[in-house]
Amino acid sequence: MISILRSIWITFLHAFHKRETRGYPEKKPYLPPRYRGRIVLTRDPDGKERCVACNLCAAACPVDCIALQSTEDGDGRRYPEFFRINFSRCIYCGLCEEACPTYAIQLIPDFEMAEYDRQNLVYEKEHLLINGQGKYPGYNFYRVAGVNMGVKDTGAGENEDPPVDLKSLIH
Amino acid sequence: MKYVFIIAGVLLIVLTIAAGLIYVERRLLALFQDRYGPNRVGPLGLLQVIADVIKIFFKEDWIPPFADKRVFIMAPGILVGSILLTFAVIPFTDTFIVLDSNIALLFFLGNSSLGVYSIVLGGWASNNKYSLLGSIRGSAQMLTYEVFMGLSLVGVVMMADSFSLREIVEAQRGGWFFLPQFVGFVIFFIAGLAETHRTPFDIPEAEGELVAGYHSEYSGMKFGMFFVGEYMGVTLISALIATLFFGGWLGPGFLPPAFWFFFKTGFFICMFILIRASLPRPRYDQLMEVGWKVLLPLVLLNILITGAVIIY
Repeated sequence: MISILRSIWITFLHAFHKRETRGYPEKKPYLPPRYRGRIVLTRDPDGKERCVACNLCAAACPVDCIALQSTEDGDGRRYPEFFRINFSRCIYCGLCEEACPTYAIQLIPDFEMAEYDRQNLVYEKEHLLINGQGKYPGYNFYRVAGVNMGVKDTGAGENEDPPVDLKSLIH
Repeated sequence: MKYVFIIAGVLLIVLTIAAGLIYVERRLLALFQDRYGPNRVGPLGLLQVIADVIKIFFKEDWIPPFADKRVFIMAPGILVGSILLTFAVIPFTDTFIVLDSNIALLFFLGNSSLGVYSIVLGGWASNNKYSLLGSIRGSAQMLTYEVFMGLSLVGVVMMADSFSLREIVEAQRGGWFFLPQFVGFVIFFIAGLAETHRTPFDIPEAEGELVAGYHSEYSGMKFGMFFVGEYMGVTLISALIATLFFGGWLGPGFLPPAFWFFFKTGFFICMFILIRASLPRPRYDQLMEVGWKVLLPLVLLNILITGAVIIY
């Protein structure tokens, strides 16, 4: 009997507690910087695509949602002819980001990608490419690695740094 | 002509309250559960009622081919009808009352017994095992609470010396009955919870066990009728508690009598919702056990003591 009255009283006191509801569309949730959300392709500080179309992301992807075709520009540098991510399959595991040798593919804190039409979840390169450098500002793959263009040794050019010591963990 | 206005007014008030309770109940339950409840449709979510009503009117009103059609259609009407009829004897104020009957209380008890036919017939006509189980529970519950519900009011009748609800209110000018009749009040409240099939006594509905109990097969506005009937039942029991134990429209004179009546009724409606938010559902044999072994002797003792005090 007492316990029944007590539970009614405790329930009543909950009227004055803080609400648990998050007013989502109006109040956006806090997403940590490393949150794995929408996938983007970033550019290097010179504004060129970082992606070298090595296919490692597509190989790492456990659900095979990444498709790309590599091609070469006039300098013999590789870049993707098309780059397609099917976000209706993507599980946001981040393995593509881990596999990427050039920091090109990155997962960013954004999950608001809902669509009415499933086909709209297939993102092409023009949808994926952003104008910024993402999480690694200042990093330029061709400054520290890349093919020898036949003019100078790798790292000896004006805008280049010596190649990375692959045996070291710090670079 | 005056009666037509009063009848129309009572119908309007009761149906508006019943519809409004859809919103009030969801908001209050949310309040007690640290949520906000419906707050999307219109300012503060107030248009939720209209959205719900539009939705339920446009839903397919499906009658199962295996159901007993005529009884199936009749059942929700019995519930709403019996409760609406009872509002005829509720004195909203001194003059705003459809029928100032000298057997008003008996009229209420009779109608509340009729209401259970709706549950029994609805479950029976659905031709569905879960529905039938709900009906059986409903009738078992009725056999329990009807007895101590009627007897819990005897003390009030003895003190007021009348069955007329208006005279019962007038008799409380010297002091409200909930103090001398506290046992009667508590037991009538419990019986009222069982009468309206509200949690914790929604045993015939028991959505965790019986899908939706007696109205599993109902859809569209027929389901809506059961729903509205439940809310009108809550309003009715709250109005009766206010009338019988808390002096009805009586109250300090700076506000109109109607305000006091609706304030008291509203308070008990909120109590119904608070209890729904806090208590779990007992088994129906547990309800019967408490009803017959604890509440019935208590209520008889209450009558005995009240009678002894009156005679003394």
